[in-house]
Formats: sequence, C-alpha cells, structure tokens
Amino acid sequence: MDMIRRKLLGVTSSVVLVAGLATGGNALAADPIKIGMSMPQTGGLGGGGKAALLALQIWVEDVNAKGGLLGRKIEFTYYDDQSNPANTPGIYTKLLDVDKVDLLIAPYATGPTAPIMPLVKQRKKLLMGNFSFQVNSKIKHDMWFNNAPWNTAEDWAKGFMEAGKASGAKTVAILAEDGEFAQNLADGARPYFKKLGLDIVYDQNYPPTTKDFSSLVRTIRASKAEIVFIASYPGASAAIVNSISEIGLGPQVQIVGGAMVGLQFTPIAVNLGSKLNGITNYHVYVPGMPLPGVETFLKRYTERAKAENIDQLGYYLPPFNYAIGEMLEQAINATKSIDDRKLADYFRKNEMKTIVGPVRFDANGERANMRLVTAQFRGIKDKDQEQFRNSGKQVVLSPAADKTGDFIYPYSKAADAK
Amino acid sequence: MKYWIVSALAMLSAVALALSGANEYLFFAGFVVLQAVILATGWNILGGYAGYVNFGVPGFVGVGAYTALALHLLFNAPLIAQIVAGAAMAALLGLGVGLLTLRLRGIFFSIATIAVVFILEAVVMNSRFLGGATGIQLTRPNDVWLFGTYTRMLFVMMTLMAIVALSVARYVQNSYIGQGLRAVRDSEEAADCSGVPTLKVKLIACAISGALLGIAGAPMPMYLSYIEPLSTFNMHYAVIALAMPIIGGTSHWLGPLIGALILGTLQQIVTVTISSELNVLVVGVLLVVFVVAAPDGMIGLVKKWKTSSK
Amino acid sequence: MFFSFELLFEAVLFGLMLGCFYAAVSLGLSVAFGLLDVPHVAHPALLIVGSYGAYMLGGWGIDPLVSGFLLMPIFFLIGMLLYRFYYETFESRGTAAGVNGLAFFFGVAFIIEVLLVVGFGVDQRSAEADYIGESLRLGDLRLPYRLLIAAGVALVLTVALSNFFSRTFIGRAIKAVGQDEGALRLMGADPVKIKQLAFGIATSVNALAGAMLIIVSPVEPTMDRIYIGRTFCVVVLAGMGSMKGTLAAGLLLGITESLVLTLFGASWATAVSFGLLLVMLGVRPQGLFGR
Repeated sequence: MDMIRRKLLGVTSSVVLVAGLATGGNALAADPIKIGMSMPQTGGLGGGGKAALLALQIWVEDVNAKGGLLGRKIEFTYYDDQSNPANTPGIYTKLLDVDKVDLLIAPYATGPTAPIMPLVKQRKKLLMGNFSFQVNSKIKHDMWFNNAPWNTAEDWAKGFMEAGKASGAKTVAILAEDGEFAQNLADGARPYFKKLGLDIVYDQNYPPTTKDFSSLVRTIRASKAEIVFIASYPGASAAIVNSISEIGLGPQVQIVGGAMVGLQFTPIAVNLGSKLNGITNYHVYVPGMPLPGVETFLKRYTERAKAENIDQLGYYLPPFNYAIGEMLEQAINATKSIDDRKLADYFRKNEMKTIVGPVRFDANGERANMRLVTAQFRGIKDKDQEQFRNSGKQVVLSPAADKTGDFIYPYSKAADAK
Repeated sequence: MKYWIVSALAMLSAVALALSGANEYLFFAGFVVLQAVILATGWNILGGYAGYVNFGVPGFVGVGAYTALALHLLFNAPLIAQIVAGAAMAALLGLGVGLLTLRLRGIFFSIATIAVVFILEAVVMNSRFLGGATGIQLTRPNDVWLFGTYTRMLFVMMTLMAIVALSVARYVQNSYIGQGLRAVRDSEEAADCSGVPTLKVKLIACAISGALLGIAGAPMPMYLSYIEPLSTFNMHYAVIALAMPIIGGTSHWLGPLIGALILGTLQQIVTVTISSELNVLVVGVLLVVFVVAAPDGMIGLVKKWKTSSK
Repeated sequence: MFFSFELLFEAVLFGLMLGCFYAAVSLGLSVAFGLLDVPHVAHPALLIVGSYGAYMLGGWGIDPLVSGFLLMPIFFLIGMLLYRFYYETFESRGTAAGVNGLAFFFGVAFIIEVLLVVGFGVDQRSAEADYIGESLRLGDLRLPYRLLIAAGVALVLTVALSNFFSRTFIGRAIKAVGQDEGALRLMGADPVKIKQLAFGIATSVNALAGAMLIIVSPVEPTMDRIYIGRTFCVVVLAGMGSMKGTLAAGLLLGITESLVLTLFGASWATAVSFGLLLVMLGVRPQGLFGR
C-alpha cells in the first residue's frame, strides 16, 4: 500500500511539475486576446457582411504574423446573426458570458447593432461600430466609436440635395424602410429638407419584409415629386430599383436615390446592371479617390475574395473593417492595455491613422472628419463586374475635392446617358 | 400537499441558484426553458383539455410583450405590474377570439387564430409609439435588489410564473371547468345535450390560456433590452407551444412540463453538437412523430408500458 | 393620400392581375380543403417547395413556367402519398382527427420550412426570364409581364379545373365524395382512391402555382406563413369547393390588397387577407358562393 501511494505521489508530482513548467514557460505568450462579434453572413445584409468579415480576418492574420498585440495572439470569434436584429442580444450575451471575449466589435449595419446598445452600456464594454448610422443617439454610450465616414443626416443628404436643388426641383418624396437605419436618417432628413425650402409631397415607410414595390412606385409617380429620396436596406434597394425600371417614375423626376444601402455590394450592382443608370446614391470609396492604402489592401483582398467567392471588388466595407482592426491595434499598443475604459479614452482624444485616411471621433463616438461621396451611376452595362473598376461608372458629384463630373438631370436623361 | 412542497422546493432552489456564483449565461438560457414551460402549459388548457388547437400563440405572446412595453414606456412600471397587465390584455384577447370563432368548426378556429397573429403584428408595425418594425431599445435598472443582475432576477421571476402556470393548469384540470372541457373534447354535441355549459367553459379556457401565454411574453422586452415585432410574433412560438404538450401528453398538467423539459434539453444538445438550424428541425420532427405514433404523448406511453408489464 | 382617378384605376388593374394569381395559388387548397375537408395547412409550404423547384431547374436554364409543368407529375405523386399517409394515420382511425390532423400538417409545414432554410439558406431567391422585369406599355400605363403571365396561366387553370370537375367522371366523383361518401361507395367507386386522386391533382396544381409565385416575386422559406392567410382567405371567401368561386374570391382579395397598398401604404398589406378572413368567418362562414 505504501509503495503504491509513494509511486502515485511521485508520478503526480512530476506531472504537476512538468505541467507547471510547460504552462509557466508559455505563460508570456499563452493567453490570447479574444475579440468577438456577430456578422451577418446570410440574409439581406449578408453580401456586405461576408466581405467585411474577410477584411477583419485578414487584419487578424496580419497582426498575428507580427507576433500579436502586447505579445499575445488575437483569437477572433464570430457568429452569423442572419441580418436579424432579434439574434444579436443573445449572441453578444453568449460572447461575453460563455466565450468570455475581451473586446467587442459591432455587427455590420445599424439594424443588428441597435439591439445590443443597452447591453454593452450596462456591461460597460467598448463597442467598435461597423457602418451604423446614429445608433448611439438615444443610448448615449460613452464607449462607442463608429468607423463609418458619416455623421448626421444633413451630412449624408447634402450632396444629394445640392444636386437636386441645382435642377430647380421644389418637391420631394421620402421612402424609408421601417428599420433603425432608415428611420434615423429620415428623421434627420425631414427638418433639413424643410430648411432648404422644399415641399414634402410623399412620406411613407414600408416594412423590411416588403417584396413588391409596384404600388409604392406608382404612388410616388402620382405624387409628381421631383426629388425621390430613398433610404433602404439591400433586399429592398434591389427590389425598388427593379420596380422603378419596370413601372417607371414619370418624366418629372430630376433625381432618385440618396441612401440605398446594398447598391455598393458588387454582386447586387452587377445583378442590377443597366437598371442602375441615372440613380444618384452615396458611397464611401470609388476607384480614383486618392487613398493609396486602400488600393494596396484591396489587391490582397481581391485575391482572397476570389478564392472564397465573395464580393471581389470590395469597395464598400472591407477597407473600413480593416481600419477597425488598425484602430484597435493603434490604441492597444499605445495604452499597453486591453481595458475598455483606457482604450475608449484613447480613441476620444487621438487621431487614428488607417488605410482609409485619418479618423477622428466626436463626443458621440461618430466621425468628426466625414468623407461621404455622392455619385451618379452612368453607362452601366449588364452582367459586367470589371466595369466598376473604372471611375467613370460612378461619377462623383460631391464633395468638391473628389468631384469627377457634373450631375445630369432629369433622371430619364441620366438613365440614358453614356 | 405534496405538490405544494415540491413547488416550494423548486422555488427555493431557483433562488439559491440565482444567489450563487453560477455563470450568467445559465440564467439567460434558463429563462428560455422556463418560458417554454409556461407556453406549453398555457396552450394545453385550451388545446389539450378542450381539443381546440390555438395556432395564434405568437399573438398572445406579442400582446403580453407589447403591453409590458407600453407600461414601461408610459409609467416606467415595475416588472410585476407589466406581467399582470400583459396577462390581463392577453386574457381579453383570448375572450375576444373565443367569442368570435368558437361557434365555428375546429379548423376554422385554428385558422382564425393564425389571422389574429398577423393582424396584431400589423397593428404594432403601424404604431410608431410601439416602435413599428424598427423596434425599441429599453434600459434596465443597473442594480437589482438581492440578485445583483437583472437576468438573475428575471430567472427567479420566471420560475415563480412557471409554478403559477402549472398550479393554474392543475386546478383547472381537477375542477368542474376541466370536466366540462373534457366533455367538449370527447363530443361537443353530447356535452351540449347533457347540459354542460360548453360555451362558458370554452370561454373561460380561452381567457385562462390567453393569460398564461401573455405571462410568457410579458418579460421579453426587459429580458432582451430590445423588442421588435417580427421575432415577437414569430410562428416558432406556435410550433413549440404545440409540440411540447403533444410530446409530453395533453390530458394532464404534467404533460407540458415533461414535454418542455425533454424538448428543451434535446434542443440544447443538438445546438451544441450539430447546428442551431437543425435544433429547430428537431421540434417539427418530434411533433410529427408523436402525433402519428404516440398521440397521447410520453404520459400515454408510460401508462401503456405500465399496463402491459402487469 | 392621393385620390387621383388614374392611380386608383391602376391599383384596381394591378389588383385584378394579382387576384388571378391568388386564385391560382388557392385552387389546390379549394380541392384539398374545400372539397375533401382535409385541414391542409401545409398547402402553402408545398407551394413554396414548388417555387424552389422552379428555382433549381432555372439553374439549368429551364424557364420557370416550363419548370412548373415539369414538376406537376412529381407533385402529383407527392400529393397522393401524403393523403394516403394522412388517411391511414388519422381519418381511418377516427381518432380526435381534428387536433391531431391539424397538428400533423402544421408540423409538416414547419419541417418543410426548416429543410428549405437548411438547403437554400434564408436569402431570397428569384427566377430569371426575359419577361420578368419588363412591362406592357399602354400609353402611360405599365403592366408588368410577370403579372400578366401569372394571371393568364391562372385563368386557364381555373377554367380547366372547373370543366374537369363538372364534365369528367372522375371530376364529378371527386365532387360527390365530398358531399356523400356513402352514396358514392354504393355506386361502386372507392372513395379513398378518389380522394387520393383529388389530393394528387390539388398538389400538382400547386407545383405550377409555385412556379408562378417565383415569377411574380422573390421567394424565401418563411413565405408560406403569409400565404396561409391568402389561400385560406380565398377558399373561405369562395365557399368551400367552388372553382369559379375561388377565382372571384381571388380577384376580390387582390383588389382589396392593392387598394390598401396604394391608399394606406405597405405596412397594412400583410394584414388584409387575414382581416378579410376573420370578417368572413364572423359574418358569413359559408363564404360568398358556398353551398
């Protein structure tokens, strides 16, 4: 009995010793920094979400190849929220309580992000925003920082409305999706339109599940609005463009578009093809804009995207998601910590250097230096992806620094222009 | 008496668990299981005892949830007030649906209940006050008396509600209402002829069933800090509320509890080992299997096994 | 909102086309539920399966309308088997066929939904054809071809089925079995086989309707839910089992929906069919043309 006990003790203690040495030896590099998020991979936002995710994964690989941050590798966890806002509270609770992540990134888009704002505020977690619009305006979380190059509704609609006014239009129709993004935007746009002295002759919401827009398009035409401002998410944006092409808006329309999300996703743009012509919409990066960091990044991104059958051009989300990573990297290295509060203070006070240019945040965590472009689709052909690499296909109307062409109106003339 | 002792013990264990240092996610997931127990029990009062299949479960859950939301937005009402109000509104809805459709045959009743869901959903979608299709974010109180976090408190509250639901179902089953409902289920015409006040018992069942379903829905806005119509009025609730009693056994108040526990556990296992889409498939498949092969549920199977092994 | 005559006229026109389509989609249910009394809540789910079938065949370059016809024999068999199973399990046992039969079909509908999600994902799918996206231009009026074609096929289908039920022996036997099974048995026909045939026909019509659905609008797996409303609304409005009644009821629903869409916006559109259904159930459950 004694012999066995002593042997057991001996074996156990040596195992413990070895284990101790092993973990002790690796202790410096052992604990990874866990970053977690949900990202729409399926559903209406999936097209953008997949591209964004790839960009983030490239960043994680880049950082880990350099040895990680603060000597620790990054462990990246993500789930598919299916573009459904109802899924994100559960996913982020799981990320915090089960996966025990250290840092959170928001899902792509306002819709899936809105539901988790109360949660992250209550848990006192930093949240890196991902192309949301004014999602923090009600909750006023002080550790929220949005990577998107826009701020208020007026900033957003300015380029569009200036073009509209130049055509002499006096009446405007607003079509807004009943979702956090479009409602925030429409709420901000209405007082701005009134300030410009315009007459709002049509102002309707539609539920996100709407599939047939023929009746709505017809009613807009009947209202004889000259400016048609649309705030929509990808599924609806595509359906609306199809409907406009099928039913027509009438000869009085000078300018159409404004805030249609999804027309920036390459697969959707290619699918709609010539139906896009004449539509004036927002964008964040159009080939020709002087951002060399983006061009280099996109070369690497396109190779990976081809292999994984995702949005190959990547002009919308990918550079900005890579920028989220860069901002985290800069802040963590500067503060030598992953504490939410310390990082938040750093973001508030400093300018970040990223591939999409310098980034500064205002008191609400939105961009202090905007760079949204308004561009008109021209001469798009059907089923041609590579044409979008030419700057002439999306003529930038504003801001003045990036302008590449003049606004053509009315809408019917622009639709036929080359 | 035994029943009350067991219930008290269950309540105490829930409180003890909530006060312990167990992982927060346990309470987040536990809420879902308890909600399922209440849903199944509530549904069974009309579906199992009386034989009237209510597909409109999401409508009642939604009424409970949105009434709670309205009270929160207007008066910052405490949770218990929200639950009571939600139950009351859902009971009224049950009464209304009953009055409108109970004269009709079984399937028409069921189709009418589906109609209620979509109409209520459209009402919410057209109300900016209730958030429309966009939804509303809520802020929960940060420090909660005794339990520390809101989720733990909700877990304890739901345990209490589940016990309330089971007690109500047990009472109804053993009372004259239950007798009346059984008579209706077996043969409504015969029941009418023998003088059973069929309309009255059916309406009572509609109201009680509705109230319990409303209780299941009322805590939802505070649970997620967010509410929107598409997921609140989701037909998924209808399938669960149907499947659990059918799996457990529809004639006894224990049936829904057994069904909820079996299905809940199975769903968690499948989610963790296979995928989360397939766990939803499990519900549908089990429902069909039991309806076809074992319509009296687990309780029926156990009874058969007992009598055959004698 | 606007009350321009032109707008209302277009809305009614659009509603008529939409209504024909709704009628086509409900014909199968008129047979299964209207004539045979089967609580077939899985009918819209099978409709969506038809749409996905057309989508898959579209991947091989087959036009959706052609796909619809190709799928009909397969769906016929599915219908026959489904009814047989339902009959053996529920009707013949005479059990609480009410609750259990309903629960069965509900479960089946749900399983179909989930399998579609697993197989195709939650994203919307559309069909591609030259006529989709183009419109017929009559002056200022623009009538989308996708609706015209769906309406045309629907009309043809309604006339064909109506004649089938009133002129052929089998058709009349089906009508008879719904009214008086005993008498039919005495006349030497096997009611179960007749019902099976009827169910098969109902399901195969569903295949064609599903193909039309994906022509008219993009589909996704949970669409069967709102179509439960539309199809049952039409069938109840029509009064059980009348084919021509189904067409009339379909038109009524289509026009109502279109007018609500135009006058009140898209957020009430989904509730129209369900609201109409409830009103009919409350006021006149035997429908407008019911027996």
